[in-house]
Amino acid sequence: MDVRLDHVTVDAILHGVDLHAAAGEVHGIVGPNGSGKSTTLRCVYRALEPDGGVVRIGGRDISTTKIRDTAGDLAALTQDSHVEFDFTVAEVVAMGRLPHRSTPRQDEEIVADALSRVDAAHLADRSFLTLSGGERQRVLIARALAQQPKVLVLDEPTNHLDISHQLAVLTLVRGLGVTVLAVLHDLNLAAAYCDRLHVLDHGRVVCSGKPEEVLTPEVLHEVFHVRAHVVRHPTSGVPQLLFEHQEVVR
Amino acid sequence: MTSPSSPPTTERTPPPTPRRPSTTGLCLILTAVLAASVVCGVALGPVSLPFADVLRFLHAALTGGTIDASEAGPYRIVWDIRLPRVLLAAVVGAGLSVVGVAIQAMVRNALADPYVLGISSGASVGATAVATTGLFASLGIYALSTAAFLAALAAMAVVYLVAGRNLTPLRLVLTGTAMAYGFSAIAMLLVFQSPRGEAARAAMFWLLGSLGGVTWASLPIAAAVVLAGVAYLQSRAKHLNALSMGDETAITLGIDVSRTRKALFLVTAAMTGVLVAVSGAVGFVGLMLPHLVRLTVGADHRKVLAVAPLAGACFLIWVDVAARLLAAPEELPLGVITAALGVPCFILLMRRRGYVFGGR
Repeated sequence: MDVRLDHVTVDAILHGVDLHAAAGEVHGIVGPNGSGKSTTLRCVYRALEPDGGVVRIGGRDISTTKIRDTAGDLAALTQDSHVEFDFTVAEVVAMGRLPHRSTPRQDEEIVADALSRVDAAHLADRSFLTLSGGERQRVLIARALAQQPKVLVLDEPTNHLDISHQLAVLTLVRGLGVTVLAVLHDLNLAAAYCDRLHVLDHGRVVCSGKPEEVLTPEVLHEVFHVRAHVVRHPTSGVPQLLFEHQEVVR
Repeated sequence: MTSPSSPPTTERTPPPTPRRPSTTGLCLILTAVLAASVVCGVALGPVSLPFADVLRFLHAALTGGTIDASEAGPYRIVWDIRLPRVLLAAVVGAGLSVVGVAIQAMVRNALADPYVLGISSGASVGATAVATTGLFASLGIYALSTAAFLAALAAMAVVYLVAGRNLTPLRLVLTGTAMAYGFSAIAMLLVFQSPRGEAARAAMFWLLGSLGGVTWASLPIAAAVVLAGVAYLQSRAKHLNALSMGDETAITLGIDVSRTRKALFLVTAAMTGVLVAVSGAVGFVGLMLPHLVRLTVGADHRKVLAVAPLAGACFLIWVDVAARLLAAPEELPLGVITAALGVPCFILLMRRRGYVFGGR
């Protein structure tokens, strides 16, 4: 299932975002703070209705789709994950089954599977509120997995994770075979795990393409105002960035 | 800097997983407790009646049996005075605790209670208007309830309109609280302007909650509304789970957040209006019962909404018994007892388990 944004505008934040993620591809959105990355994702997972433009998932305009139907296809990891009550981890993950009709037994298996895939099976009966930031993040990813989506939208999925879990989560996400749209802050992780990257600046996509096409010293200078060297990863060959320290040029 | 009594702070050990009782078992136990509480509630009072007689009278009344003519007095007490009152206590307790659960999830705030939406303050305007001006005098003893209910409906409409199209949790709580101050001010003004000194006392007593003078007549509507409301909210348990995770998350789980919250507002406000009309504004139950239940069964609303009505019903029956007995033949306001009974009970439970309020 593909995701297509056609000239999506949100008053004063997005000024016509065009973006297409083909089915099964992993797409990263990168850009400086306040460039509209999260807002773009919020338009896709329907927390925000765009003022203009169209978002299509699997060719279907989401503004005319029932919210429940969208949730059947799309799962999201949002930045808004404040929990007020004392749910157990298993209960939190089980909420991912809400848009689906399956038996409690099936749900239980899916929840257990999702938890073990993010290395959190041992947390199942713990209170969500007592978890560390990284543990919470993994549990929320497990909830998105339990939703068995065809499109996965992730707002900074590696937040709070240690490096080993960052790599594990991104490998897991890549291996799902679903369309992924993720906001990533770490450009090196973005280069290593995404098929294509979209660079957002001031509410516009300034360039899109394969990581090696997008992550050039010129673009990094133009958009992030940093000086960077691009090197090849010695084993995987993906472009990786080395930054010149203290060289913020405006 | 560590005081000698502070625990060692080497590693944060994960808190032990609370062992939670089976919800079905707990519901069965609570149902039995509820049945026993009804019988006790009928037997206990300024005039205490033997349990055997109570059971015999109830049996006779329900099966159409006969009793001795000499027992007509005690039978009256059981059937005409105590039973409707005990049943209404159960209905009000069940309703308040369920509404409390729903509102706390709906506005995602552990401090919310059924009165946070301003509905009860609205009702108090109607009640004080009746008590102080003799409005609706033609309705006799139903004047107060009718006025309170109508005023509750008006308050509901005002809060809904002022909160606007977008019922976000913060807007709802702020609007409800602000309106509550406004309505209370009107009620106070009515009391102070009133030439009838007795009116102030009557209004105050009503505000703190009372089931005195309840007859069978007020039971059917309240019971029907509470039963329907509980059934509706139980059917929305998963939605409440999702809503308590945040609006954005709820949307990604397929919940139409604004429609769901509007429906929940209407249902909880209508239930609150009816409950306040029949019993006044009984405090504490709707705030703390939800937490007591969550302490026991966890936060999953499917479990909470199964246990909360039973627990609330039992709780308020005993509160009402205490209200009748403690200062007999005078009656204490229910709100005084709910707090006096509830607070120690709550502290006890909170110390026993690692219960996390409000997530931090």
